[in-house]
Amino acid sequence: MTQPGSPPRVPGRAESGILVLADGTVFRGRGWGKTGRAVGEVCFNTSMSGYQEVMTDPSYAGQIITFTFPHIGIVGCNATDHEAVLPAARGAIFRADPTPPSNWRSEQPLDAWLRLAGIVGLSGIDTRALTLRIRAGGAPAGVIAHQPDGVFDVERLVGQAAAWPGLAGMDLASEVTCREPYTWTEGLWSGLGRTPVPAADAVPIVAVDYGVKHNILRLLVDRGLTPTVVPATEPAEAILARCPAGIFLSNGPGDPAATAEYAVPIIRRLIDSGMPLFGICLGHQLLAHALGARTEKMHQGHRGANQPVLDRATGKVEITSQNHGFVVCRDELPETVEETHTSLFDGSIEGIRLRGRPVSGVQYHPEASPGPRDSAYLFDRFRSQIVEGTA
Amino acid sequence: MPRRRDIESILVVGAGPIVIGQACEFDYSGSQACKVLRDEGYRVILVNSNPATIMTDPELAHVTYVEPTVPDTVRQIIVRERPDALLPTMGGQTALNIALALSEDGTLERYGVELIGASIDAIHRAEDRERFRETMGSIGLATPESATAGTLAEAEAVVARLGLPAVVRPSFTLGGAGGGIARTPEEFRSIVQGGLDLSPVTQVLVEESVIGWKEFEMEVIRDRADNAIIVCSIENVDPMGVHTGDSITVAPALTLTDKEYQSLRDASIAILRAIGVETGGSNVQFAINPADGRIVVIEMNPRVSRSSALASKATGFPIAKVAARLAVGYTLDEIMNDVTGTTPASFEPVIDYIVTKVPRFTFEKFPGADPALTTSMKSVGEAMAIGRNFAESLQKALRSLELGLTGFDAVDVPRDGDGVDRPALLDRLAQPTSRRVLLLAQAFREGLSLPEIHAATSIDPWFLARIEEIVLVEAELAAHGLPTDPDALRRIKSLGFADARIALLTNRDEAAVAAARRALGVRPAFRRVDTCAGEFAASTPYFYGSYEEGVSDGGETAPGDRRKVVILGGGPNRIGQGIEFDYCCVHAALALSGVGIETIMINCNPETVSTDYDTSDRLYFEPLTGEDVVEIIEAERGAGEFVGCIVQFGGQTPLRLAQALVAADIPVIGTPPDAIDLAEDRDRFSGLLARLDIRQPENGSCRNPDDAVRIAERIGYPVMVRPSYVLGGSAMEVVHDEASLVDYVRRAVHRHGSDDPILIDAFLSSAIEVDVDALSDGTTVVIGGVMEHVEEAGIHSGDSACSLPPHSLPDEIIDAIKEQTETLALSLGVVGLMNVQFAVTRATPDRPREVYVLEANPRASRTVPFVSKTTGNPLAHMASLVMGAGRKVADLDVRPWRNGHIAVKEAVFPFRRFPGADTLLGPEMKSTGEVMGIDRSFANAFAKAQVGAGTVLPTTGTLFLSVRDADKEDFVPVCKAFARYGFRLLGTTGTARFMRAHGLEIEPVKKVYEGSPHVVDAIRNGEVDMLFNTTEGAQSIADSLSMRREALNAGIPCFTTVAGSLAVVEAIEGMRSASLDVASLQSYLG
Repeated sequence: MTQPGSPPRVPGRAESGILVLADGTVFRGRGWGKTGRAVGEVCFNTSMSGYQEVMTDPSYAGQIITFTFPHIGIVGCNATDHEAVLPAARGAIFRADPTPPSNWRSEQPLDAWLRLAGIVGLSGIDTRALTLRIRAGGAPAGVIAHQPDGVFDVERLVGQAAAWPGLAGMDLASEVTCREPYTWTEGLWSGLGRTPVPAADAVPIVAVDYGVKHNILRLLVDRGLTPTVVPATEPAEAILARCPAGIFLSNGPGDPAATAEYAVPIIRRLIDSGMPLFGICLGHQLLAHALGARTEKMHQGHRGANQPVLDRATGKVEITSQNHGFVVCRDELPETVEETHTSLFDGSIEGIRLRGRPVSGVQYHPEASPGPRDSAYLFDRFRSQIVEGTA
Repeated sequence: MPRRRDIESILVVGAGPIVIGQACEFDYSGSQACKVLRDEGYRVILVNSNPATIMTDPELAHVTYVEPTVPDTVRQIIVRERPDALLPTMGGQTALNIALALSEDGTLERYGVELIGASIDAIHRAEDRERFRETMGSIGLATPESATAGTLAEAEAVVARLGLPAVVRPSFTLGGAGGGIARTPEEFRSIVQGGLDLSPVTQVLVEESVIGWKEFEMEVIRDRADNAIIVCSIENVDPMGVHTGDSITVAPALTLTDKEYQSLRDASIAILRAIGVETGGSNVQFAINPADGRIVVIEMNPRVSRSSALASKATGFPIAKVAARLAVGYTLDEIMNDVTGTTPASFEPVIDYIVTKVPRFTFEKFPGADPALTTSMKSVGEAMAIGRNFAESLQKALRSLELGLTGFDAVDVPRDGDGVDRPALLDRLAQPTSRRVLLLAQAFREGLSLPEIHAATSIDPWFLARIEEIVLVEAELAAHGLPTDPDALRRIKSLGFADARIALLTNRDEAAVAAARRALGVRPAFRRVDTCAGEFAASTPYFYGSYEEGVSDGGETAPGDRRKVVILGGGPNRIGQGIEFDYCCVHAALALSGVGIETIMINCNPETVSTDYDTSDRLYFEPLTGEDVVEIIEAERGAGEFVGCIVQFGGQTPLRLAQALVAADIPVIGTPPDAIDLAEDRDRFSGLLARLDIRQPENGSCRNPDDAVRIAERIGYPVMVRPSYVLGGSAMEVVHDEASLVDYVRRAVHRHGSDDPILIDAFLSSAIEVDVDALSDGTTVVIGGVMEHVEEAGIHSGDSACSLPPHSLPDEIIDAIKEQTETLALSLGVVGLMNVQFAVTRATPDRPREVYVLEANPRASRTVPFVSKTTGNPLAHMASLVMGAGRKVADLDVRPWRNGHIAVKEAVFPFRRFPGADTLLGPEMKSTGEVMGIDRSFANAFAKAQVGAGTVLPTTGTLFLSVRDADKEDFVPVCKAFARYGFRLLGTTGTARFMRAHGLEIEPVKKVYEGSPHVVDAIRNGEVDMLFNTTEGAQSIADSLSMRREALNAGIPCFTTVAGSLAVVEAIEGMRSASLDVASLQSYLG
């Protein structure tokens, strides 16, 4: 049996990749993307689609993502599905080897994209065992490494993993935030690749960038808002000087308590200004800190596109996209703060608002990308608060 | 919102008999619904004519009507039971259509019955093609350009605008029956005409062709608070143009970006809202243009479906169970996810494996039928497999099909001299058929490139590339032999290669490969199906096996420390082996779990109740091959006390594994394998019968034509010939002369090899066949039931109607049959169930009736559920206690026969699905399912069975007869009876002449070859209401084929045997004196 014209694509190359956990556990597999090594928290994501969006979500800064879905890379990568200019994830772990892509939207195979994106990839390991281990023991520190020759100094890698301080106490927003303010005008992908032009009478708002996902900005633009994106440390005075009609606090990576140290004073000033304010994920956690609440690290976090959240006002359940390892503590929620949304998986807080004020935040990702779009109504609500002055 | 308190009783409508497009998935959904509603405290009333279902077990509903699933019967049940609500979404298209009919005729309103789970409006919007299109347009979704037509002329006007090829879809038919893709004007006319005839509303949709586009399905659930979730997405590997039931499908969808997937998700939920599905599950189908992502909506089903059963098994999310709760008022967040036990059902399952479903076809049963796959479903079953990658799940699914495949086995390709005929091969690739999947791999082996194959098939290149990889690995194996390095072997196994496949490729036997593999420590890891990809701990022990790389342990089985029994299921449904065997396996699980024994089910059929994780204590969704089964048992043996394996309930599939089990020192419970062999081996069996002085038709076995001729000459023609070890009469034939015999033996040896002998029996013309099901503990035998066939010997028992108790046999014959059954069971050493088939000859002036044993099968038979329903003795349940829990027959609560009722089982055939195939019955089984009619008299029970099987017996009108000479005398009383009932009689020239000579008024009509106007014209013009046609000899059969096909198309009853026709006389007699009444199973059983 000969194979004229067929490239030799028999799966199974030499062991060229490795994952080493702080406790010395070693997973050997095949390396992809960037060669070299990266250290971070090893978490897992259960989404079955949207790997490119996941890997470009700045909230994954400092993390190595284990994809529980076995085939990653089928649809390749493209220029539209980026959630940030530069991916923040440090590493990505797959069950099966990435394959040449097959989708009309694909512009690049996953392997090549990983190389350009500077992400270390690893395949061929028992991702299920790794996931169950994270479920049992929490997200561990680990080092992912890719060497074409397959030679690794395991002992040294264990040492690096063990020496990594972990995400608790780590401010990562400052690493992924923009350096200079900019204005965003691109709208949603409409299925045929067109992007609507923002309305002429678009309302200006400010989005504080702790690691903002582009789809949030696209959704805002789609609702007639024009966000000016400012760095996480932008002083409140400078923000207010722009005369925005509303403030958006973005998602982002790291320990909210660490970022809160510089963000809370700014946010408190913004709340005091009286204008509508909306936070997502880290933005929501920072808002909670500003309102006097506290956050804590979760055991394994919520990372996936199937998470049910109860809207306590309507009793309706929305299926949400989530990515967080810290959560707002319920027991120290001040009287002035109302819990608006609750996780139906573990009962944790998924949304809050300041009573009587158009100030709210959600822990999950209403911008989806990837994931269900059930919660897009929150952007409509934010818009009404800005444009119509509703609560 | 808690459950509704304003309704107390609910009528659940089942799907009726197993037919193509509606199989045991509706027993799975219906049983779940009955259980849930009962648990919720409702009074559950059930109607389903299919006795082989779990749902018709008398414990499942409070009141069970095994009555025809037709509007008339359901109306009678409503009048009698006065239910508050009717749940029509669990019984397939049949139940929806009944709900529509009872709404239209005012029954529901008159008796205050509320439809729950679906509204009439929603059903209409979903089912009426034009309204569906409008509704989609109103929410901004595209559908293929189309228009409906009620006549051929209207259809031609539409196609003039849309152009060919075009898709034709008849309205309101099951599984797309009668639909198709027309490429030429001739094809178009023929499909439209057929579709108009089949559509109950005489309407077809003519549609722009989206052939070759990618096809996706979404399984959606919505509750009354407007919460909606997608349980599972499914991608069809075979692109648009092949019915999804006939397509290889994978879950989840693989070739979509998240943005495309979310568009489908949003559209699906919007569709449920727009159609008005307020509670319950629906299936939405989409096509996507692979070039630009354009999405069009194809259709939606506002009910549970085959796909929802598949989605439930694929994800562990029980759609029907949840839908039943939603129908009575719960919301998704009020229902727990059984699998995790800690999270609610209001979430979307995620999986960390790939699921592949491959359909199972039986074209070999229907010579003359076109094997091309189209938009009209033709498969009779399916196998599903789970793997950690697509290749693994696909290869596992292929070996689950019970076709003897080990994976991508080699197939023939068109040759041109020495090389492959590439244009011819590409042509064959372009035509979807049941074997195309194998041809894809073969094309790669023959050197065709992926782009070439993609161009010919439109199959997504990603799937093709995985098949190409498999072929490359095969070549590597063939070139380098079995790897000696464990990692290298594991890598090969991780792509789903069976030991048997590796053995074939490396030229060794399977046992050697298995031994080498184990020596290298390469064993499967068993993983949980947990709905959440490992995010939460799962409490449901539902497993699959994988040889994934990098695994160091045996996975997540954690075998229990109790006494345990493994039950082997029956694999995919096919003709000859269907739901009846699954019914038995389910009973084994329920019976043994009930006495504290841990039950472990192994099966690969996603439609079944046995693969519901609620049925057994532990479920392994795995192929039923020696390798897979032995690995599971080895893992389970690691703890607890392994009692053994039940192989006698799953039909032929597990019996075939007995040897592999014995070789692995795995005990088989019940009748020992040697006794099975004693009954199956013709020579040994004949010896036994001779010793016991039990009569058997003269017979012999041979392995070559010469021996066959010698045996046949000794016995005398006609003779019955068949290969040994078959079920469903596969390849069984009656041959009348030497030439046909020699031809048969040559073909059989060519097909099956000469290892297993060919059996030759004397054919007992016009004998009455009798089936007996019995249960034995080794010392005591209970006769479960004695069934008299309606059709004479020579018609496969699965295709014959039968009555329980016998309606015409004298007591002394029945006693003799019972006695012989008992003797046989004890001498064979049966522990468990046994089925014996007898033939009773007709009494003649020189010879009294004589009883012959045709065959004995020490295993559960197809009739076990029918007998259990009729007698109230759950035979499979009892047999399980005998086999697995050491009970004696004396300890069982066997109910004595309660006089006063009689049940008739009737077979249901798929001929309409196979244009061109003959409807004549013979020794090869052709039916897909069965119905039961139960009443106080044989006539009424038979009539009900006919109605249940979809045959409307006329009580007045015109009867047409065409009978062979040998039968003419027998038909005289038939004709006299119909003349008395006022029927007009028509007959072929010969038949008419004969009947006139007997003083009957009968008009002659020409046979087709005698020229127009002939009998087919008469049928087509609606002049005939019923047809009796007996025939023999190849020429006569061929001459009369068009008549039988036309009767089928026209939907008029056609009976092809003397005995069947005589039974019809009785039934019509009964129907003329009083209309059929309904009564519950519980009322008969007391």
